[in-house]
Amino acid sequence: MPLNPTPASTFHDNTVRLFAYAAVLWGIVGMLVGVLIAAQLTWPELNFGIPWLSYGRLRPLHTNAVIFAFGGCTLFATSFHVVQRTCQVPLFAPKLAEFVFWGWQAVIVAAAISLPLGYTQGKEYAELEWPIDILIAVVWVCYAIVFFGTIGVRKVRHIYVANWFFGAFILTVALLHIVNSAAIPAGWMKSYSAYAGVQDAMVQWWYGHNAVGFFLTAGFLGMMYYYIPKQAQRPIYSYRLSIVHFWALIFTYMWAGPHHLHYTALPDWAQSIGMLFSLVLLAPSWGGMINGMMTLSGAWHKLRDDPILKFLIVSLSFYGMSTFEGPMMSIKTVNALSHYTDWTIGHVHSGALGWVGLISMGCLYHLIPRMVGRTQMHSVRAIELHFWVATLGIVLYIAAMWIAGVMQGLMWRAVNADGTLVYSFVESVKATWPFYFIRFVGGVLYLGGMAIMAWNVVMTARSGRVAPIPVPVMPSAARA
Amino acid sequence: MSEVAKPSGHERIETSNLLMIVLILAVVAVGGLVEIVPLYFQRSTTQPAPGVKPYTALQLAGRDVYLREGCYNCHSQMIRPLLAETLRYGTYSRAGEFVYDHPFQWGSKRTGPDLHRVGGKYSDEWQRLHLNNPRDLVPESNMPAYPWLEKTQVASQEMAQRMTALRRVGVPYSDEEIAKAAADTAGKTELDALVAYLQVLGTAVK
Repeated sequence: MPLNPTPASTFHDNTVRLFAYAAVLWGIVGMLVGVLIAAQLTWPELNFGIPWLSYGRLRPLHTNAVIFAFGGCTLFATSFHVVQRTCQVPLFAPKLAEFVFWGWQAVIVAAAISLPLGYTQGKEYAELEWPIDILIAVVWVCYAIVFFGTIGVRKVRHIYVANWFFGAFILTVALLHIVNSAAIPAGWMKSYSAYAGVQDAMVQWWYGHNAVGFFLTAGFLGMMYYYIPKQAQRPIYSYRLSIVHFWALIFTYMWAGPHHLHYTALPDWAQSIGMLFSLVLLAPSWGGMINGMMTLSGAWHKLRDDPILKFLIVSLSFYGMSTFEGPMMSIKTVNALSHYTDWTIGHVHSGALGWVGLISMGCLYHLIPRMVGRTQMHSVRAIELHFWVATLGIVLYIAAMWIAGVMQGLMWRAVNADGTLVYSFVESVKATWPFYFIRFVGGVLYLGGMAIMAWNVVMTARSGRVAPIPVPVMPSAARA
Repeated sequence: MSEVAKPSGHERIETSNLLMIVLILAVVAVGGLVEIVPLYFQRSTTQPAPGVKPYTALQLAGRDVYLREGCYNCHSQMIRPLLAETLRYGTYSRAGEFVYDHPFQWGSKRTGPDLHRVGGKYSDEWQRLHLNNPRDLVPESNMPAYPWLEKTQVASQEMAQRMTALRRVGVPYSDEEIAKAAADTAGKTELDALVAYLQVLGTAVK
């Protein structure tokens, strides 16, 4: 194939590579904090009386680190990689892309310092104080310019399906972040939400649920639509299904927030709408899962030998499982039992560890060797080991939290024949102890898998060689 | 691209960057608009319940400690209208009780019990001992100890600025209340403030 000799003809992969390494690093940090707070729930003295090690400050650090640092860096790396390959052009404004990298690392470091010090807006998954929120908004706008700019100068007529999902994720997260973070400053690093009470709750869970729906779902479906066909060397199962489930998914997700507020002081009409759309959401969610899974039809044998495909396909199984469980939990009668219990924590982690975590790891295992001039990771057996250690960790984690959650729900509602409560609250805490311990073990295993990955990435990078990858010049027929 | 036949159907969207962006924004905007905007026009969600007053300077300082320590990670402030729940925690929570809560602290997890009507349930002294080390009073508790609260003074000089900010977003503080905020909180510890906040929670509605 003839290659264009001008300098503009190589992909801009520097940012992709940096984000991929950062994802692994922040993955370790975020999961380590998760294991620490899991241990603190089991052995509460583990904060040693130090304010910045206490659970209430570290839990936001854990959620922010795994979602926005690990998940975020994975999304930046893969979206910048995918958009260049599917548009057949280098990144638009590569200097701006580098600013996005360093800006995002600054956000992460600011979060890692400010959250343990207790600077918080007090809203879940949106804790960061207003100066950091402004930096996030600036970096995000630059991200959108680079991403949509690259699509704008594409040499391929159609925008590939992965980019629809990445695009929806970028636009919607901008909208959610700006609306939900609206606050009135009361000093530098102190502010109060612009909304109060019911309105604040609704805005928060509109944001919170769609942080799941767009940051942790739409973006990762974008990854699925590129890396699964690539790794399996099969075309996507159904083009029509991808259209239908894309628009249905992004429309429906935005309505589902109120299921986090069942039986609260949020008016009933909003709760009912939230439950209805949450049930509908099962269909587009499973549409995506089926489209990814069936891409392997006729090539299932590849799962036996290719641990990267194992990561990708098992992640879709967890996606299917948690997007079935989610609508079930949004039914008000089920929610009356499950809400406020560890069942919710189990549900979140079947999505987070199973879907988001495994697909990130699979995509990074595909991507990282290609970014250092290799075709494979240093050790394929280590990928296999990582897969099994992580899967065992997830099973322990979510099984423990399911049992604990249902038990708590039943204990809290148990009433004697004379109309008095059977259990005091602390009896349910005591009964949960063994399950907190099992969850801690599951978390240690999952973190252990990530450590194996970090070793493998270091070994791959050390033996690899960074060389610019030329943009293939397409025959004119392909442009039509 | 002029040589290409005019696209039709979904092809029009997936061959146009701008159309794709506009349609995505339109599609994702609907849900939030329908669910959020009406809440600003419903009496039950905008009017304070009878007896609900803005937090005093000391209570507000305590609420800021509650936020800082991330209490919402383990405690809800939302009693659902379910039998067992009202037996355990008291009358269910009304929307009008939260109109001055910037941000809301309803929480999403009960690693510990709900706190919406904890006000008056225990003595001040119980709360102080419990916050200092929960296991002194409840041996099976897995709540962290907060020994630093009684050793730290409230940032009383900042309270006027904070109350002014809250007034800008609709909390009806008077000039007088703001003027004496520093004096009201002078010499108080963060433990005093947090206990003052906990003791007022949910007390307006019985």
